[in-house]
Order: sequence, then structure tokens, then C-alpha cells
Amino acid sequence: MYALEARNLKKTYKNGVVALKGIDLTVEEGDFFALLGPNGAGKSTLIGIVSSLVNASSGETKVFETSVQKNRSQAMAEIGLVPQEVNFNQFERPFDIVVNQAGYYGVPRKIARRRAEKYLNQLQLWDKAFKPSRTLSGGMKRRLLIARAMVHEPRLLILDEPTAGVDIEIRRSMWAFIEQINRDGTTVILTTHYLEEAENLCRNIAIIDSGRIVENTTIKALLSTLDVETFVLDLTEPLERAPQVEGMEIMLRDSTTMLASLPKSSSLNVLFKMLENENIEVKSMRNKANRLEELFLRLVDKQPGQVA
Amino acid sequence: MSNKVSAKSYWIGYQTIVIKEVSRILRIWAQTVIPPAITMTLYFVIFGQLIGRRIGEMGGMDYMEFIVPGLIMLSVITNAYGNITSSFFGAKFGRHIEELLISPLPPILILAGYVTGAVFRSLLVGVLVFFVASFFSDLQIHSWPVTLAVVVLTAIVFALGGFINATFAQKFDDIAIIPTFVLQPLTYLGGVFFSVDLLPGVWEKIAMVNPILYMVNAFRYGMLGVTDVPIGAAFTIIILFVLALGTICVTLLRRGTGLRT
Repeated sequence: MYALEARNLKKTYKNGVVALKGIDLTVEEGDFFALLGPNGAGKSTLIGIVSSLVNASSGETKVFETSVQKNRSQAMAEIGLVPQEVNFNQFERPFDIVVNQAGYYGVPRKIARRRAEKYLNQLQLWDKAFKPSRTLSGGMKRRLLIARAMVHEPRLLILDEPTAGVDIEIRRSMWAFIEQINRDGTTVILTTHYLEEAENLCRNIAIIDSGRIVENTTIKALLSTLDVETFVLDLTEPLERAPQVEGMEIMLRDSTTMLASLPKSSSLNVLFKMLENENIEVKSMRNKANRLEELFLRLVDKQPGQVA
Repeated sequence: MSNKVSAKSYWIGYQTIVIKEVSRILRIWAQTVIPPAITMTLYFVIFGQLIGRRIGEMGGMDYMEFIVPGLIMLSVITNAYGNITSSFFGAKFGRHIEELLISPLPPILILAGYVTGAVFRSLLVGVLVFFVASFFSDLQIHSWPVTLAVVVLTAIVFALGGFINATFAQKFDDIAIIPTFVLQPLTYLGGVFFSVDLLPGVWEKIAMVNPILYMVNAFRYGMLGVTDVPIGAAFTIIILFVLALGTICVTLLRRGTGLRT
């Protein structure tokens, strides 16, 4: 069964901006799905239509086979949304925010209180549960948005850039929480600008650009299309200039860090033979991260500096 | 497991909005309940006691007795309207209205929740003003059913009106314009302080198209048994307003006017 199915989804805003130009997208139940795209590509419009905050100009969206356009209430009962911007009442306490949200979904108050405690605990917010939410830090507010979205235990959780501006430690704890939710059976759709996040967490991916899906496949399949691999080599002695090897692109990031890009078909032995001939000693070596970023930039036809 | 919507889940959703609204009103009681009571006490002292003594009778009764129902209605009207505009527009402005817009709750229940909150506050203030008035006048209730029906229906009318105002409002100024330039003049000219008999010729006829006149007079009938307008006509007008404004509100919410893009 599809957790989400969008067919020929189009959206033109009143000011004439065409945000979606006919999106077809399916997300399988239980998937951990990445939705990527540059700023203004149409990601938030698509999420807005799925969560009924934006009216589609045409096309249909189904959540677990229930049409958002024809049976909004039932479709919404299955979704939990973590929006990009903090949108809870900052004068209320986290506990009340979460309990009230459960109530809107028909969760009886007694159960809602129990669940609020559970999710606020899991997201390390319980000690702040009865403080005014405006006093929470940025990372805490983001976690509160997740607790609020989970309190009615939706089958589909949509996270719109949940870790934006969050420090790495909290980001990792949020990843662990979301991964656990996914393992427990909740379908997760994630939009993010941290491509490493998508690469580490998600199984399937769609890349959206200028209102169209330009790629929709598995992360594995997408990464396999990458025909050049880049390695980072830490050198024992500093170098003044990078050595030249035919068929490879070698450059120095700094005097003791070398970047070597070579086709996947090439053998690493050629690289090491050259290094030995040049008396260059390598202390350590790793695969360069952000492989997805390279593909992303290629697909949306942007230069590295343009990525938000 | 699927989260099925049902009448019970909707009822819990409606209750949640009401609990949230009532808690908000009681939490900020110093802003929501006390100021209207102080204002009305001043009205009773100045217009009822000091000026009223010189006026003598109005509509065949003591002036203080005459203005009590009008002043109760004045506070009911302004509080029903003011509560929903500040609460709903505040939620829209702070974007926490999205909590409700993405929930399974149908538009009519979102509206009902906010209207119930507004009616609660206006009745709370109304009771307080009634209590204050009891120090200045020997209060009596001619007909409890008429009094209660009129006060509740009037509160609903102005809560619905406030909801429409909040839906279209883009900034806080927009929720102050209607109360200042429309609501207040209509209420003051709606027979709160005087009987329409006092108005000369054509002005009396103009006054008769003011719906607030019917509400104030129907309430005065409930309390004192006297009215400038036929009570049946008053109820018809109030109910028509409830139906018309209610339909507009639900349509606006369903379309997402001012809320969804």
C-alpha cells in the first residue's frame, strides 16, 4: 500500500507563481523517504498540499488510499506534520501544546497526557514540560514540534527540515528517535538541506526542481550512478603542489590533505603506486562524504556555492 | 493501526478547543473579565446614579432600571466579538491555527469551539455586570427563557461576526476597525441608553433597521417585560443573523479564506 500517492499535482498561486507543474509521486508504507530540492523548488508546497494547508490547483493526493481532497478529515488523521517554522503558541507550556494537539485528533485526555509524557521524555523535554515554551532553546522547540506531531501516533510522519539550525549532538539524537519511529512502522518523509542526513537515514529519494520531480529512485541506485569517487588522503609530510596522474584529478585542500577523484572503474593501486614513486606517505584515507550532494547538484543543474 | 475519525473523536476535538479557550480566558482574567466589569460599574455610577437621577423615567420606568439590560447586552456584545477576534486572529498571526487546520476536525467544529469560548466569556462578563448592577438597582427577571435565549443567541451572532472579521484581518489594526466604527455606534444607538420613542420622525425609522436595537429590546423584555419592538420580530432577526453569519463562517473556513493558500 502507498502511504502517499500524488497524481498530476499542480499548484499555481494567486500571484501567478507556478509552484508545482504536475507532480507524480508515490511513497510506500514503512518507507523512510527523502524529498530534496533547492529553495523554491516546490517541496513545501507539496507538503502543504498533502497536509491540507495549501489547496491544490488540480490533481489528487491520497494518504493510505484516502483522498486528501475528497475525505480530508480521514486523510489528516493519518498524518503528523513537523513544519519548517515553529508554529506553536509560545505562551503555552509544552505539555499543554502536546495534549491539546492529541485532543484535536480525538485522543481522550487521559491517554493524551500519558502520551505527552512519553514523547516529551523520549525527546528529552520532560524537564521543560511545564515551563513557558517561549523559554525553550531553538533545538528544544524543534523537538517539541516532533513530540506534537507524534502524539496522535500517525502512520505517516512528514518532517520539513526538522534539524535546520540544530547542533550536531541534538541532530543525532533526533535522527535516532526518528529512525526508531520508522522501525516501529511509521512511514517517514523527510525534507532536508543536509544531504548527509538523507544519505544516512533514507532508503528512497525524490529530487524536486522547479515544480517537477527530476529523480525518484532508491538512494543506493542513485549513488551507483556516480561514476567518479573522491577520496580524502591525510599526508604525513606537507606538499607544495599536487602530483599529476593520468585519468585522475588530484588536488590539495591544504598542504597535508589531498583529494583524489578517480573513475569507479580505476584501480586504487595506480594511485598508491604513484604516491610511492613520489615518496608521499599517507597517514589515513577516507571516502569523501556528500556523494549525494554531487548528484544533487548535477540533477538540479547548480554550482556548489548555490546550495542552501 | 489506522486512526479512524468518528463522532467521538470529533467530540473530543471540539471539547479540546473549548477547554483551551476557557483556560485562556481564565488565565488572563485581568484582561478578559475585570475591565468590562469596571467599565460597566462606571456606567452605572455616572449614567445611572448621577445623570439618571436628573433624567427621572425612561420608557415608563426608573432610568437606572432601564439601562441595566442595555449595559449587560453591551458587555455581552463587545466581549463575544472581542474574544473571538483576538483569539482567532492571534492564532492566525502566530500560525498556531495550523495545529487545527492540519487536524481531522471539520470546519464547523473548529468554528463551534471558538464560538463556545466567546459565548462563555460574554456570559461570564454578563453575569458579573448583572451582579454589579444588583448594587444599584432592584433587579428582576420577567422571563428567564427569553432572557437566556436572547443573551446566548446574541453572543453567538457577535462571535460569528468577530470570526469573519478575524478571518479577513491581516494585521491587528484590522480587528479594531469594525468594533470602533461599526459595532460601538450601532450598540450605542441600539437603545442601550434611551427608548427609540425619543427619536424624532425619520430617525426612529432609521433606528428600526439597526439589528442591535432588536437584541437589546428583546433582552429588556426578558428582564423587565417592556420593549420598543415586537418580540417575535426580534427573535426572527437574531436567528436569521445566526444562520446567515454561521453559513458565511463555515464557507470561509471550508475554502480556507485567509488561512490556506
